[in-house]
Amino acid sequence: MLTDQTLRDLAATARHLRVEILKMLNTARSGHTGGSLSAIDVMTVLYFHSMRHDPSNPSWEDRDRFVLSKGHAAPALYACLAEAGYFSRDDLKTLRRLGSHLQGHPDMNKTPGVEVCTGSLGQGISQAVGLALAARLEQRSTRVYTLLGDGELQEGQVWEAAMAAAHFGLDNLCAIIDANALQIDGEVAKVMNVAPIGPKFLAFNWHVLEVDGHDIQAICRALDDAEKTPGRPTLIIARTVKGKGVPFFEHKASYHGVPPSDEELGQALEHLGHS
Amino acid sequence: MSEMIATRDAYGKVLVELGREDSRIVALDADLSGSTKTGLFAKEFPERFFNAGIAEANMVGMAAGLAAGGMIPFASTFAVFAAGRAFEQVRQSLAYPKMNVKLVATHGGITVGEDGGSHQSVEDLAIMRVLPNMTVLCPADGPETAAAIRAVAAWRGPVYVRLGRSKVPTVFTGGCDFVIGKGATLRPGSDLTFVTTGLMTAQALDAARILAEEKISARVLHLGTIKPLDVDLLLTAARETGAIVTAEEHSVIGGLGGAVCETLAEGYPVPVERVGLRDLFGQSGTAEELLVHYGLTPAHLVEAAERVLQRKR
Repeated sequence: MLTDQTLRDLAATARHLRVEILKMLNTARSGHTGGSLSAIDVMTVLYFHSMRHDPSNPSWEDRDRFVLSKGHAAPALYACLAEAGYFSRDDLKTLRRLGSHLQGHPDMNKTPGVEVCTGSLGQGISQAVGLALAARLEQRSTRVYTLLGDGELQEGQVWEAAMAAAHFGLDNLCAIIDANALQIDGEVAKVMNVAPIGPKFLAFNWHVLEVDGHDIQAICRALDDAEKTPGRPTLIIARTVKGKGVPFFEHKASYHGVPPSDEELGQALEHLGHS
Repeated sequence: MSEMIATRDAYGKVLVELGREDSRIVALDADLSGSTKTGLFAKEFPERFFNAGIAEANMVGMAAGLAAGGMIPFASTFAVFAAGRAFEQVRQSLAYPKMNVKLVATHGGITVGEDGGSHQSVEDLAIMRVLPNMTVLCPADGPETAAAIRAVAAWRGPVYVRLGRSKVPTVFTGGCDFVIGKGATLRPGSDLTFVTTGLMTAQALDAARILAEEKISARVLHLGTIKPLDVDLLLTAARETGAIVTAEEHSVIGGLGGAVCETLAEGYPVPVERVGLRDLFGQSGTAEELLVHYGLTPAHLVEAAERVLQRKR
């Protein structure tokens, strides 16, 4: 259980990171708003509570690894990395600009703290499986976390990776689904239904948990549960709201790949209590 | 007759040796470990072998993750699947991030034989060559494969190595000192140059011997590295012999012939004849029958040499 103070601190960090995401996207004039906002609570808990990592030494060998399989939520990742101290917060203004180390989708060779290149959906989870295998070979206590979108589950490679993770008994792997129920073309259930997610992963022999993806306490508990589950990889289905935190973005597929305008940014910051 | 070894056999053997020398070497396969010969590695190092099952895309992704975790993964399957089915995974998870993964694809070309066009790979060199950061190798024989695999293990970055199914004659009879990016002049000559890769190098050496009887002096330049191409050696051959015949067990589009033509057009244009599949898929047949049917024999190379000499100014 988190103390009330820790809980408040994490919630404040998540709120601050939402502001950073919105500013970053507004400055860039392109990028993915909805899926960055839906994922940020889970990522806040990972980066500022659960994962062992050292921003002053990004290549620390015993660090836990995070793979953003839904690479279009790069702004959420960059906000976390800057907040943690991997690079300057000022760099966030360069998102998607020519010559920037902050590419439209995560690039391991350009950005400190980014573990692998992602952005083509379905590939991150396979790389996470490989990272978990490498950690086991090296007998490291490293845990590997990967965050996927629910629409991403439409990629067949995800299921190849799910099969492999269970086959190899990777209990050092935890996949989290940012289940916001929307993708570019609309509702996941209407474009190509991936439900039921839990029973599918259960059938693949994963340990499956489901949480409110904006409930920080619940996310922490699920991550702890995953760490204590031997012999199997864990899937956490985090039920989220696309665009969470900014009422006029919430539940809207149309904001999948659209940045906030200047006016929208102003209103959004007001909602987030930031002026 | 020189010794006959399948390049995949040489690969399997040297991979085991490398595994003994470096614990970071790991192997992956997609349910073809008996055919690709990674099974030899699996037998000796079961804990460092990962069978992805019939899932090439995930195999490539797992290899990328293993590399990101500090391992040196060798991932194998048939060329048609490695370069074709998993192309986008190779692009995104290996080439783009310069991941230290070695994709060693066996059953390249048409000498896969009886399985037919679906399993033959006549486009893999072109596909892999176009990827930034990707190094592309196509060894001629057993000894060169062994040396190339050693060089690849020491090389940092993604590499595609194309090997074959059939036994091929040894052309590097005195051993091979393989350097990535360097070609080898296997026979001197002044009237034209055969620029070859893979098993076509042995065919070119035979063709050069036939031409010698007609008093035509043919150089044989073997390029075991398709990318980066040994531009200096190629341009020297073009200047000194004034005519080029390329030969590859691959489409004439985009592979060795394409690479040579691009280089010569910019560097030193001379007449070129390209021997390879003329924009065709293969079909079932024995390896020998297919080489004859698709025009990849020493006799065909001799004809191409005669054509190119007529075009020489």
